[in-house]
Amino acid sequence: MNFDAEAPTPGERDVDFSAVDKVRLVEALARVLPAGALMYDPEDLRPYECDGLSAYRQLPLIVALPTSEEQVVAILRTCSAMRVPVVARGAGTGLSGGALPHAHGVVLSLARFNRILQLDPHARTAVVQPGVRNLAISEAAAPHGLYYAPDPSSQIACTIGGNVAENSGGVHCLKYGLTVHNLLRVRGVTIEGEIVEIGNHALDAPGYDLLALVTGSEGMLAVITEVTVKLTPKPQLAQCVLAAFDDVIRAGNAVAEIIAAGIIPAGLEMMDQPATAAVEQFVHAGYPLSAKAILLCESDGTPEEVAEEIARVRAVLDAGGATEIRVSRDEAERMRFWAGRKAAFPAAGRISPDYYCMDGTIPRKRLGEMLEAIQAMERKHGLRCINVFHAGDGNLHPLILFDANQPGELARAEEFGAEILELSVALGGTITGEHGVGIEKINQMCSQFSRPEITTFFRVKAAFDPAGLLNPGKAIPTLNRCAEYGRERVSKGHVPYPDIPRF
Amino acid sequence: MSDLIEQWQERVRAAAAAGTALQIRGGGTKAFYGRAPAGELFDVRGHAGIVSYEPTELVVTVRAGTPLAELEALLDDSRQMLAFEPPHFGATATIGGCVAAGLSGPRRAAAGALRDFVLGVKILDGRGDVLTFGGQVMKNVAGYDVSRLIAGSLGTLGVILEVSLKVLPRPVAEATLSLAMSEAEAIARLNEWGGQPLPLSASAWSDGVLNVRLSGAEAAVRAALARLGGEVVAADAADAFWGGLREQTADFFGDAALDESGTSLWRLSVPSAAAPLKLDGHQLIEWGGALRWLRSTVAAEAIRERTAALGGHATRFRGGARDGQIFHPLPAPLMTIHRRLKHAFDPAGIFNPGRLYDGL
Ligand SMILES: Cc1cc2nc3c(=O)[nH]c(=O)nc-3n(C[C@H](O)[C@H](O)[C@H](O)COP(=O)(O)OP(=O)(O)OC[C@H]3O[C@@H](n4cnc5c(N)ncnc54)[C@H](O)[C@@H]3O)c2cc1C
Ligand SMILES: Cc1cc2nc3c(=O)[nH]c(=O)nc-3n(C[C@H](O)[C@H](O)[C@H](O)COP(=O)(O)OP(=O)(O)OC[C@H]3O[C@@H](n4cnc5c(N)ncnc54)[C@H](O)[C@@H]3O)c2cc1C
Repeated sequence: MNFDAEAPTPGERDVDFSAVDKVRLVEALARVLPAGALMYDPEDLRPYECDGLSAYRQLPLIVALPTSEEQVVAILRTCSAMRVPVVARGAGTGLSGGALPHAHGVVLSLARFNRILQLDPHARTAVVQPGVRNLAISEAAAPHGLYYAPDPSSQIACTIGGNVAENSGGVHCLKYGLTVHNLLRVRGVTIEGEIVEIGNHALDAPGYDLLALVTGSEGMLAVITEVTVKLTPKPQLAQCVLAAFDDVIRAGNAVAEIIAAGIIPAGLEMMDQPATAAVEQFVHAGYPLSAKAILLCESDGTPEEVAEEIARVRAVLDAGGATEIRVSRDEAERMRFWAGRKAAFPAAGRISPDYYCMDGTIPRKRLGEMLEAIQAMERKHGLRCINVFHAGDGNLHPLILFDANQPGELARAEEFGAEILELSVALGGTITGEHGVGIEKINQMCSQFSRPEITTFFRVKAAFDPAGLLNPGKAIPTLNRCAEYGRERVSKGHVPYPDIPRF
Repeated sequence: MSDLIEQWQERVRAAAAAGTALQIRGGGTKAFYGRAPAGELFDVRGHAGIVSYEPTELVVTVRAGTPLAELEALLDDSRQMLAFEPPHFGATATIGGCVAAGLSGPRRAAAGALRDFVLGVKILDGRGDVLTFGGQVMKNVAGYDVSRLIAGSLGTLGVILEVSLKVLPRPVAEATLSLAMSEAEAIARLNEWGGQPLPLSASAWSDGVLNVRLSGAEAAVRAALARLGGEVVAADAADAFWGGLREQTADFFGDAALDESGTSLWRLSVPSAAAPLKLDGHQLIEWGGALRWLRSTVAAEAIRERTAALGGHATRFRGGARDGQIFHPLPAPLMTIHRRLKHAFDPAGIFNPGRLYDGL
């Protein structure tokens, strides 16, 4: 076989869908859907024009709200036959524009798939429809002493379908894993209208690990119609240690030292001084405002286990130069410690008209370095940034504060963000830990992956979606896009951070 | 890129041009597994060594030809481990073979499977391109999760050159209990315990005896011992027991007379709470009920049918014809996706053809 003459993989080149005929499409879909399952008046479409990344907006041609899997099959068969792009949508809380509509396409909302189909406390599994909210699963499992472990801060709103599509994490994923570690089975429909059962209720499945492939695939491989999640026993006790530091580097080092001591805490989070100040005026958690950074370290398990671990954590933090250490004395205090961290995004929204959340992940030992670089970028771009980190796994959420009504600020915020992402890659990390690439970080994909790697992604997509109709234009950059992005960077005349070793 | 990798790239391109099948081989300890290997031998042991290991990052990056024993010894020095517990298995097993086979040991139900610990891979694909996916960090959703796709693909998608794995601290304390009970009772108890915050790290039931291992903080292990009852197994006997299970050297697995008697060793992966198998043969249950090893002469069709009815899948781990179905047959839509994925990575179909499924 000779590969020089290989045809381009579908999706690798930009595709023009402007020939899609809305009237014909509405007619075709109306034939397969009940009344009330189809919306196409611009007024009705407005709520779907963006997800949590509201800087990007686009009205779709149509929004479909099916209630059954047969309807999903019918919609996908129709769109496939008419070559119409389809964007699946859960609650629209995504932060990377993954659910941003396609101008010539259909938004397929799974909002009406909101039933928990089965909860088996003995086998510790729940079978749920994709539109079920993350928190609703834990609430349903609570009477059995069980819960669904991944807990994104958006858990009251986001859906399990969206969680699977983004491989979402939460503050407890250092110990309990991401979505991919807590799934057993996904049922979905391909763009060709085939129903696929991926995984099962056993601990593994025959053949390739398609469950891993579909998790985090941003709605580009299949539309998920059912999910089986694993449920975890609730720990008897959880306690949280709050430690203050007068230096961010020292706080970053303490994170590494906890891990080095052989401790895997249930949660290990870090906030810098501006973030602490922002949330304090919002939730009054009692955070030490003079600290340059605070760490929240949670321990869970049996009371004996927790006491033993907290003692070890304390010793490490003491030796690491913490200026103050508090241990939650009761559940109310523990909740108060977390309230501030969990309110970081809304707090940012309160102190600034707009904020832009980044999601790079870096090796833990480089946390301090990253924080210093961000401080320099604040000066360079003339914008403030507050930092909350899932420090335990090196996942950063710098929140860049800006005002979209001030000319140029959005563009500056985007440049600021791009710089953080590129530094994340240069420090040995990745541009996105849990929020996905979507439309937002698509340019930075060109700096993280080589051309043959990106082509491989398109080939993987084509294995599920040969016509390239599911969420086209997201997550994987086309040849053109990388060429343009590359040109832009070359014109600036330098590679970012030339002095940092690449690996 | 090293000279060796460049040579391999050339070899792969030439094989693709000529349509020559390549049989990728690490230590060869797993040659018995899967469908019969075919093709020119492609020995990957030359690409060995630890690339980086930083205990505080909980990550190790190794070249695929590195002996598993060498890697485990290195981790042990920092009191860390591969939590999915692959066997130490002699000196020759390689980490590439381990990831390609994708199997996990006794700790799997508690800690996760091999695939859960794969953070990144570097592979040589069927076009001769060297590709890197994932990375060295714990959370990474940039691009599709190709690293986990490669885990367990039995070398059919590409040559694994390098792997980054998440490692974990070794538990502070460990103890093993032995309790007498029936198969049905063991399945019920294991699932009940699974729903409680107990530090269970392994379980094995066979011949009316359930052994469970507890791992974690001293205090947690002590409290669980008091709660579960049964007899505490002496530490070295416990190590020997779990070791025998992990390496499949325990009497149960002894492959003596597997073929002559027409017996096969079946690996049945089922929901943990699945009812007793009710299939003739000798059984060993692991993973809190989710893994059932069966030595049996029952016909393959009957075993697969029963396993599927229980919601699981059956692998003929040892014994039987190597050119038949070893792994559970896939439904047509999934097989289509498998074929397309194989073609995406290995368009000329040169890597381990047929090792996993006919036509892959
Ligand atoms: C305040 C706030 C806090 C957040 N905190 C966290 C956090 O802690 N951790 C974290 O990981 N994320 C967090 N997020 C991001 C977001 O909540 C998650 O990405 C979430 O999983 C998205 O779910 P959703 O239902 O809103 O999906 P949507 O935004 O509707 O969709 C997200 C993607 O999934 C696809 N999709 C949705 N449903 C399906 C389906 N059924 N089949 C196929 N594809 C589908 C869409 O096409 C899109 O690409 C936060 C967001 C906000 C606004
Ligand atoms: C009885 C027994 C039980 C076992 N149980 C377990 C277990 O429970 N858990 C576990 O983890 N392991 C288990 N193993 C696996 C084994 O001990 C090693 O962990 C490893 O899987 C084999 O490595 P190897 O180098 O000998 O592989 P090989 O036998 O040489 O190869 C195994 C497979 O991987 C492919 N392969 C090898 N290297 C590469 C590469 N670099 N790139 C792509 N493909 C490659 C080969 O083509 C082949 O398909 C068991 C082995 C035996 C004999």
